[in-house]
Amino acid sequence: MTIMTDPQQESFRPSMLLNDTRYRSYTFQFIALMVLIGIIAYLGYNLVLNLRAAGLNISYEFLGEPAGYDINQTLVEYTSRSSHLTAAIVGILNTLLVAFLACATATIFGVIAGVLRLSNNWLIRKLMSGYVEAFRNVPVLIWIIIIFTIMTAVLPAPSAFRGDDPDASMILGSVAFTNRGVYVPMPIWGEGSMVVVVTFILSVIGVFAYRRYAKKLLYATGRLLPTGWPSLAILFVPSILMFFVMGQPISLDFPELGGFNFRGGLQIGAPLIALWFALSIYTGAFIAENVRAGILAVSKGQTEAAASLGLRPRRIMNLVILPQALRVIIPPLISQYLNITKNSSLAIAVGYADITATLGGITLNQTGRAIECVLLLMLFYLLISLGISAVMNVYNNAVRLKER
Amino acid sequence: MSDTHAESVAYVRDTMLPESPPPAAETGVTKWMKKNLFATIPNSVLTLAAILVIYFLLAATLPWILNGIWNATSIRECREILDGATGGCFAVLSDRWNQLLFGFKYPSTEYWRPALAFLLLFVAAAPVMFFKYLPRQMLLFTGVYPFLAFWLIWGGSIVPPLLLLLGFVAAYVAFKALEKRGFGVAVLGGLGVLVVAIILAGSIGKIEVLRLEQVQSRDMGGFLLNMILGTVCVSLSIPIGIALALGRQSDMPIIKWICVVFIEFIRGVPLITLLFVANVVLAYFLPPGTTFDLIVRVIIMITAFASAYIAEVIRGGLAALPRGQYEAADSLGLDYAQAMRLIILPQALKISIPGIVNVAVGLFKDTTLVSVISMFDLVGMIRGPILASTDWNGVYWELFGFAALLFFVVCYGVSQYSQWLERELNTDHR
Amino acid sequence: MAETAQMQVSDEIAIRIENMNKWYGTFHVLRDIDLAVHRGERIVIAGPSGSGKSTLIRCINALEEHQKGRIEVDGTVLSSDIKNIDKIRSEVGMVFQHFNLFPHLTILENCTLAPIWVRKTPKRQAEETAMHFLEKVKIPEQADKYPGQLSGGQQQRVAIARSLCMKPRIMLFDEPTSALDPEMIKEVLDTMVSLAEEGMTMLCVTHEMGFARQVANRVIFMDQGQIVEQNEPEEFFNNPKSDRTKLFLSQILGH
Repeated sequence: MTIMTDPQQESFRPSMLLNDTRYRSYTFQFIALMVLIGIIAYLGYNLVLNLRAAGLNISYEFLGEPAGYDINQTLVEYTSRSSHLTAAIVGILNTLLVAFLACATATIFGVIAGVLRLSNNWLIRKLMSGYVEAFRNVPVLIWIIIIFTIMTAVLPAPSAFRGDDPDASMILGSVAFTNRGVYVPMPIWGEGSMVVVVTFILSVIGVFAYRRYAKKLLYATGRLLPTGWPSLAILFVPSILMFFVMGQPISLDFPELGGFNFRGGLQIGAPLIALWFALSIYTGAFIAENVRAGILAVSKGQTEAAASLGLRPRRIMNLVILPQALRVIIPPLISQYLNITKNSSLAIAVGYADITATLGGITLNQTGRAIECVLLLMLFYLLISLGISAVMNVYNNAVRLKER
Repeated sequence: MSDTHAESVAYVRDTMLPESPPPAAETGVTKWMKKNLFATIPNSVLTLAAILVIYFLLAATLPWILNGIWNATSIRECREILDGATGGCFAVLSDRWNQLLFGFKYPSTEYWRPALAFLLLFVAAAPVMFFKYLPRQMLLFTGVYPFLAFWLIWGGSIVPPLLLLLGFVAAYVAFKALEKRGFGVAVLGGLGVLVVAIILAGSIGKIEVLRLEQVQSRDMGGFLLNMILGTVCVSLSIPIGIALALGRQSDMPIIKWICVVFIEFIRGVPLITLLFVANVVLAYFLPPGTTFDLIVRVIIMITAFASAYIAEVIRGGLAALPRGQYEAADSLGLDYAQAMRLIILPQALKISIPGIVNVAVGLFKDTTLVSVISMFDLVGMIRGPILASTDWNGVYWELFGFAALLFFVVCYGVSQYSQWLERELNTDHR
Repeated sequence: MAETAQMQVSDEIAIRIENMNKWYGTFHVLRDIDLAVHRGERIVIAGPSGSGKSTLIRCINALEEHQKGRIEVDGTVLSSDIKNIDKIRSEVGMVFQHFNLFPHLTILENCTLAPIWVRKTPKRQAEETAMHFLEKVKIPEQADKYPGQLSGGQQQRVAIARSLCMKPRIMLFDEPTSALDPEMIKEVLDTMVSLAEEGMTMLCVTHEMGFARQVANRVIFMDQGQIVEQNEPEEFFNNPKSDRTKLFLSQILGH
């Protein structure tokens, strides 16, 4: 702590280890380090003894061996003969998939509910706080199981869609909710579809360019262009034109009933839907609170000051309130994303093949490599959360209010 | 306005105006509805949509609840009674009530013991929760409660918990006696006395006094298990969390980094992986031959989990204190332990209470995760023994609805308490 | 006034600072400070903001560490030995700009805390002492209230009483009136004046030049981490020697 070189040069006495601010902190740190090393050595010693007693060793060779189990929903090619490593990669991709989907929808739910909780409509306000309280105060595991139960036990079997007067029917003739999952139309990317996609991406860039141009024009000449309908036009018109110019290259493959099951289309399994929906609606309730708190955190004085300058309510929102509210909202939002990723590990409860269910579940049970599997599993989640923390730090540094 | 006033700038009011009521249109139910429900056209649309949503929710659930069957022995009997009509089969709750609350292995003659422990929990928690309104003497019971609850729930002779209690009292007395000679000495002295008491409790604990039938940890189940895990882990994690937070704020780099690595590691992984550790890994790190109950291993891991989060909350509280508080304590000559104990922590903890309660609620909800490692807590009981039985296979809504309701009542209650406390503390001392 | 200024200054040295230097990182905050304070002396330290005057008095009770030089307080040399630091801190009272009362303790508890825990005074005796000093700062009736319920001026007087309860031989004041509303400044200054009249050794960083004229027997002017000028108040104000002092005085008194 203190570095006083000059004051007095007295000789070293052992009591100074405790009483002198120069040595005191070293003493405590040394003790802490020794205790830590002692604990680690003790645990390590036990580990060695136990492994020797059980005739085991630490080895990651099992990752190369065939997994020998099937996974029903995979993003990459996988068969039961693939290795445990491939199974783990399938799991990682599935974790990322459900986390990404849930983050997107949770944000939508949360923002809508959070804004509506501040509505001046009494009934809407009460309804939204009902939603928030109901979902925040019940374990997410129960929500996942409830929604999974709806998906598997309540929805009709595909066979119910058969016959002239079926018990169930497809929504708009294209989406079927069944107890084997949800069937939706799958886009078929024909020749030339890339051109349409590229056009659309360029349109998105174009919208930003247009808005930038409008702002520049406002700053330069004081003329304010409309931004609403031109943006929409730029976004869709070129893509639609290109779609027909290229001869309608993108088509949809509709799910069709054939035999006892649906054919074609895209099948989204019940576990994924249950996990996705439960995570989004549960986390949405938390995000709603963050959004509400963020908007409330911008003081009323800011609105009044902006209004007294003659700004219209919509511009007050866009130019004064939102930029400040986002500063408050985004950090907790990012940690909610982290929570979603961590909570997606509950997939194991409904049989969705995420990393916890593959590596930490079936692979662990089949190979008996508990230490290795759990270690890898933790490492994966640690990497994800370190990554998200890094993003958060970058953001926090970027938006930090310039203050003295 | 009279002419005299209009002519000159100076003005003196000679009569005060009486208070008058607002115009009629500004009050009443219609005014309220116009303002709060139908202010604008989009607002009215929203209102109608909300009414529709509420109608559908009620239409779906009310008949099901009101028409529910409470007396039946199986789902088939339920369906026969209902005869095609809509209605819930709540008979499963009455039939399996004890299993839902206590698990399926807790001896049925002893249900009164956990039930009594649960009731006493309120008595023990009350003086802490409403510290301003209840006499401080009640805190004595709070101190005794953990030992009493242990004895009630696990059973066995009363001697070991009693000796432990006496050990804690003796340790406290020793601490107080040595306190004037320095905090470190006092802590060491207290710990020494405590260790002696623990050894004593282990050696002469066999004496059978007031013996209750012993129940093994692995026989705990149902909501009782959630309550045990929740209360034990939260109470253990608060002191550990304080220590971690202080360590993380420390200016000694090694101590700081030990705490940072621990906290960030725990916060970076899902609880379920820690439960896997408790289930399959932890045993490798214990001396060969030792067997810990799964419940004890789970308590260790959940406590570690909760303390990392609580440490972060408390760190926020410490950071919120102005630097002047540390300086004032220093300038009066208080040492580190005194400054922390008398000045810094009381204030930091007070700021952190809402955050701690949030962590506690979250943790209580997360205790359901133990069902994944095949422990039979409330969710585990429902998914395992009850839904798997031939009698009640298919009664999803009633069971999960009940579980959701039970958690909702506890968590909502606790969070309402936390908000009340926040208001209470805000108006404090102003 | 002249009479007040001359009283009770002894030859005994209370604080001796020799060749003291301090850096914040590479920034040289205090440069070659030499200062001897006699027992019973009342010193006012003035200077523009950032001149190091607060840092100087915070070094005296080791709230800030100095890197070079020697500080001796009441015969105890300030070293890195925590026993020395604790001894000096309990001999030297300090009053802060922002009071720094403990908001979770009552006024009485604020005043008895350090005597009980540091001086090991029995609680009853500590409370009697506290009431004595609260009477002296003229707010005994507030003893059971919390700091948040008091006005700024009252809080600062409590802060003074809190320091006095440790029976310090030296008092340090770090801009005690800067955070106060104008109408409250006087009540705090009156307290300080009466303290001065009792012969307390005081070092005050303050901009209250009226106070300096009335009670100080030395005024020190600091700039850029150095002592630029020191003199008796009459001389200092009427006949400043250095240009920097003249400029400072014209800015602070000119309006």
